[in-house]
Amino acid sequence: MALTLMKGSEAIAEAAIRAGARFFFGYPITPQTEIPEYMSARMPEIGGCYLQAESEVAAINMVYGAAGTGARVITSSSSPGVSLKQEGISYAAGAQLPCVILNVMRGGPGLGSIQASQGDYFQAVKGGGNGDYHLITYAPSSIQEAIDIMQFAYDKAEKYRVPVLFLADGIMCQMMEPVEMPPMVEYKVDPEKKPWAATGWKPGDDPAKRAVINSLYINTEELTVHNNHLQAIYAEIRKNEKMWECYKTEDADYVITAFGTVARIAKSAADSLRKEGIKVGVFRPITVWPFPYEELKEATKNVKAILDVEANEGQMYEDVKLALLGSKPTEYFGHCGSLMPSTTEIIAKIHEMMKEGK
Amino acid sequence: MSVVFQKTPYLTDKPFHYCPGCNHGIIHRLVAEALEETGMGGNIVGVAPVGCSVFAYDYFNVDMFEAAHGRAPAVATGIKRAKPDSLVFTYQGDGDLASIGTAEIVHAAHRGEKIATIFVNNAIYGMTGGQMAPTSLVGQITTTSPYGRDEAWCGAPIRMSEMLAEIPGAYYIERCAVNNNANIIKTKNAIKKAFKYQMEGKGFCMIEVLSTCPTNWGLNPVEAMKWLEENMIPYYPLGVKKDKGAL
Repeated sequence: MALTLMKGSEAIAEAAIRAGARFFFGYPITPQTEIPEYMSARMPEIGGCYLQAESEVAAINMVYGAAGTGARVITSSSSPGVSLKQEGISYAAGAQLPCVILNVMRGGPGLGSIQASQGDYFQAVKGGGNGDYHLITYAPSSIQEAIDIMQFAYDKAEKYRVPVLFLADGIMCQMMEPVEMPPMVEYKVDPEKKPWAATGWKPGDDPAKRAVINSLYINTEELTVHNNHLQAIYAEIRKNEKMWECYKTEDADYVITAFGTVARIAKSAADSLRKEGIKVGVFRPITVWPFPYEELKEATKNVKAILDVEANEGQMYEDVKLALLGSKPTEYFGHCGSLMPSTTEIIAKIHEMMKEGK
Repeated sequence: MSVVFQKTPYLTDKPFHYCPGCNHGIIHRLVAEALEETGMGGNIVGVAPVGCSVFAYDYFNVDMFEAAHGRAPAVATGIKRAKPDSLVFTYQGDGDLASIGTAEIVHAAHRGEKIATIFVNNAIYGMTGGQMAPTSLVGQITTTSPYGRDEAWCGAPIRMSEMLAEIPGAYYIERCAVNNNANIIKTKNAIKKAFKYQMEGKGFCMIEVLSTCPTNWGLNPVEAMKWLEENMIPYYPLGVKKDKGAL
């Protein structure tokens, strides 16, 4: 198969189309604007729908409407815009609507910067909107990995009836890499497979098949039943859908934990340290929700210490510590805003930890 | 024995939760009968956002979406784009459509979105217990305007139909009321026309229906209807604000 050099934003957009997405609702915001731009040209070519919404709030509600008909729908935005979408994401989670949402993270808080950042980890995995819910959240670290995950993202969203979030960053969408594109999927809504969707009903039809897309349960007992149902689904997802990568962790004395593009920097640092004779590996969660707690603990059972590296204040570090429950020494290194941690800094931090006897 | 009249099957048998004297019951029936008369059964989707009518999915016997406060036109846009052959309607109150949802309704009209909006204006937030809405009249006493709405402080009541009629994408806008039999018939005809235009692939249609809220106005149903006639209709004049199909 031939490789094509593609920009991340366009490759991810095309991958979604190849996975059957035919509806895109979005709004321009740097550094993801190339996604709506690409979709605006590509969707009409394949009989799909690109619609520029009046706001991110409207865009996610258009997703809610189209996803409720059973269609494969996608929206993308960047951090401040994803904050605006949180209301709709919470409603989609409550109404159990499968869809795909892309967050191309930039610096925050507020307007922050337009450069890459990982500052939305908490928002993504600890619940960005109101209520007890989770999104299957993928944090790919290469364009090819994002393409590959997209090929099953809708299947997962539909199997569990949860929205899927891609937690990418500005680097991922702005860089170019050689990629292999999968073949095109022509997705058709099957009312038998999606009995909950608004696919057509009239009085006299089976009352159980009337679509009611809803997150309101005014009776507290009913809301508890609904929430318990959601939690049972999340338990299944935790059991079945965790993804992670162990990079040179088998013999490692030190393991760096990192996700997304920062994990690539961490791998470069690990390779450099190995040339010095220091055995360093990288543990990279690919799903940041569900987080691979047990797998991280297992992969680091023989190490001296763990260094968590992030382009934020150490948001995933909380999950790393939760995985280890104090069983190993842990440290965090990173920068807030949009300053990426460098290999030089990571190497220096490992040296420092060794000097401290960790 | 022959059946001379029966309730439309486009309403479920679930008893309404609406307060005595509230006009939602009449308006629900008109919408449901109009839905039945379109012959679009099996291809109708309704959207009702937060407000007194948030439980509309329990009453309208078609595929239904509950939407976030103000967002029904955006949800309906997603539905209509995904199912362009369906009849799609939203059912929204004034606190919803004229306040938190202004961006969504304005842009749905602006895009000429082929949906029909039933806009029930009772000049107050009903569901939350009678707070001032953008549509509350000057001097109207509510739980958040206890001294009466002060125009200098919070502006004049907003006339959504007149405002939306200015938008090129709006195809048909009419303001109705259900305060007497003649107006009830006019309202139903307006709703039917909005559905007909949608099925013909015209543009955005909205029927505003003035409604009473006896509970939160602190009036009995008869007094409330009188208040609507003496105060609301003069400020919110009934009639067609725009009808591109009649040009």
